[in-house]
Amino acid sequence: MMGTIFGIPPQALFGQLLLGLINGSFYALLSLGLAVIFGMLNVINFAHGALYMMGAFVSWLLLTQLGIGYWWSLLLAPVIVGLFGVLLEKTLLARLYKLDHLYGLLLTFGVALMVEGAFRHQYGVSGQPYPIPEALRGGQNLGFMFLPNYRGWVVVASLVMCLGTWMAIERTKLGAYLRAATENPVLVQAFGINVPRMVTLTYAFGVALAGLAGVLAAPIYQVSPLMGTNLIIVVFAVVVIGGMGSILGAVVTGYGLGLLEGLTKVFYPEASNIVVFVIMAVVLMIKPAGLFGREK
Amino acid sequence: MNARLLAGAALAALTIGTVASGPALAQGKLSGDTVKIGVLNDRSGLYADLGGEGSAIAARMAAEEFGNKILGKPIQIVTADHQNKPDIGSNLARQWIDQDGVDVIVDVPNSGVALAVQEVTREKKTVFLMEGPATSRLTGDACSPTGFHWAYDTHALAVGTGRAMVQEGGKSWFFLTADYAFGHQLESDASAEVKKAGGTVKGAVRTPLNTSDFSSFLLQAQSSGAQVVGLANAGGDTITSIKQAAEFGLTQSGQQKLAGLLIFLSDVHALGLSVAQDLVLTTGFYWDMDDEKRAWSKKFGERHGGKMPTMVQAGSYSAVRHYLKAVEAAGTDDGPTVAAKMKEMPVDDMFTKNGKILANGRLIHDMYLARVKKPSESKGPWDYYQILRTIPGAEAFATLEESGCKIAAK
Repeated sequence: MMGTIFGIPPQALFGQLLLGLINGSFYALLSLGLAVIFGMLNVINFAHGALYMMGAFVSWLLLTQLGIGYWWSLLLAPVIVGLFGVLLEKTLLARLYKLDHLYGLLLTFGVALMVEGAFRHQYGVSGQPYPIPEALRGGQNLGFMFLPNYRGWVVVASLVMCLGTWMAIERTKLGAYLRAATENPVLVQAFGINVPRMVTLTYAFGVALAGLAGVLAAPIYQVSPLMGTNLIIVVFAVVVIGGMGSILGAVVTGYGLGLLEGLTKVFYPEASNIVVFVIMAVVLMIKPAGLFGREK
Repeated sequence: MNARLLAGAALAALTIGTVASGPALAQGKLSGDTVKIGVLNDRSGLYADLGGEGSAIAARMAAEEFGNKILGKPIQIVTADHQNKPDIGSNLARQWIDQDGVDVIVDVPNSGVALAVQEVTREKKTVFLMEGPATSRLTGDACSPTGFHWAYDTHALAVGTGRAMVQEGGKSWFFLTADYAFGHQLESDASAEVKKAGGTVKGAVRTPLNTSDFSSFLLQAQSSGAQVVGLANAGGDTITSIKQAAEFGLTQSGQQKLAGLLIFLSDVHALGLSVAQDLVLTTGFYWDMDDEKRAWSKKFGERHGGKMPTMVQAGSYSAVRHYLKAVEAAGTDDGPTVAAKMKEMPVDDMFTKNGKILANGRLIHDMYLARVKKPSESKGPWDYYQILRTIPGAEAFATLEESGCKIAAK
């Protein structure tokens, strides 16, 4: 037919790269939340996957129980998941800040298992279908592939959220307080700022991001109790590669690894599940703090 | 507090003592003076809905038909989760047989785990009733004198769906294959069937088990130009791939058709008819076919949250029932004796009429080619299939000679 790139027709390659970008959007959105929480609270939030799953389930419940559609869920589900985050932070996490990171990790891991177990008990594992919203059905024929409109929307929504979050933390006054509070909470408190409340809200925000990713994912994947478990390990690898706590690192690595995974699916599909971890191992050997992380 | 703790410890010690002394007492007709049925399957992962607790309920329903007693002794049912890991599955099986006095192991979906458990039950001469696993190797090169394959297998699926699709004009195929024992076997059985019917196979892509995003694999299938995309996967993987195939317009263009080689009723329920409609599939059981099946399924549903049984769950009932009848007839729960008895007796219940078991343990029964109804055709919940054709058992399953089972030939 026409020329090939490494034995792959260019159409297929472009298609895979685009798909990689879409998956990367989820990685970026989830690892962003993790990075915000780790950067500001020093908590390794292992419950992130469960909260992402919760976001999807909340939007499914809103739709099937209350008839509230996708667009409202996009707002409501993250708020509800965020409130759950507030509860979690106030009652459990807040007690652990003085201890080693490991305690926060163990606690959130336990919470994740409990939340997932509860949903699994209630709803089984096959998952529930969530329809794609009317306005985003169908797709575009790009010549090299068929792009479902909904997936296009996911890329745009995730880019906007990532950029917005980065701006808010790096470029606004609130963000400056936040960063100052993590450096020296006592001093910031002395200036009359309520640091514990700010920490709670930051956690809630990071968690809400996971909830939002869940809503975005609901129409693509089955709304299933296992959906978080499937994703969270990869997302942790993304955060480690990007550098724990680095917001820019999380976003860039999220998209980058999505692309790379897409390429692997073309050249050697069997390895597509592990390529991210191979890269993680290599990065840890060469630059233990991650690509964008600072050595302490 | 302390006193209660002590009492608890004493009770626990007593229980352990009883269990340990169980096998030592096994001199009567029934080992341990009980028939102990172990339902071993995936209770929490991607295959939990097609078997899981439902298979245990089905086994209990079979035991209840005997009044939970056989030859005057109680029937006990225990369950465990093999987590889709062959090592965990075979360890559990070994522990059950060696220490807990389990007489028969039931279900075991996931061909990889089933192949491992088959090694254990062959060595221990324990009856193994397989409803969940698919690979035809279980009655082929990996067969066992005490192993029984009940509900379906990869050969029957390939004959049913594969042949039907080729006859409808789907000559060229591309496979999405789950990358483990089951997927490989299903792909190879289906490829053989497609070629035999005059079709060609354009390629295949091996996808890791439990993949959450199939879009790139679907894109490869799309660009292959094959007329039929064969899904050689199961459970959660099938659900995801069908859902995403619809999203990527694979079938809407009219150029490609999806062939779900292994689709369970629970998958269709999870997908919803608007996504699953018009899929052609092969099944060993459908609840809404006759009064007897409907009545049994209704009773099952009442105990399983209103869910209708999959072929795995209905098969578990049938297999356990047949096993118990054989124990009754043989007057013992000795593995090889019961297995021989099971092969002598015809299987006659709501699952199948006049089913016969080959020497390699394969139950020969009718399979059904079905089409998933459109939402407009469905009259209510769980009204999902239209049966297109009955595939006679002799046509669906391999013969003893074709199976390649060496033990059976002796």
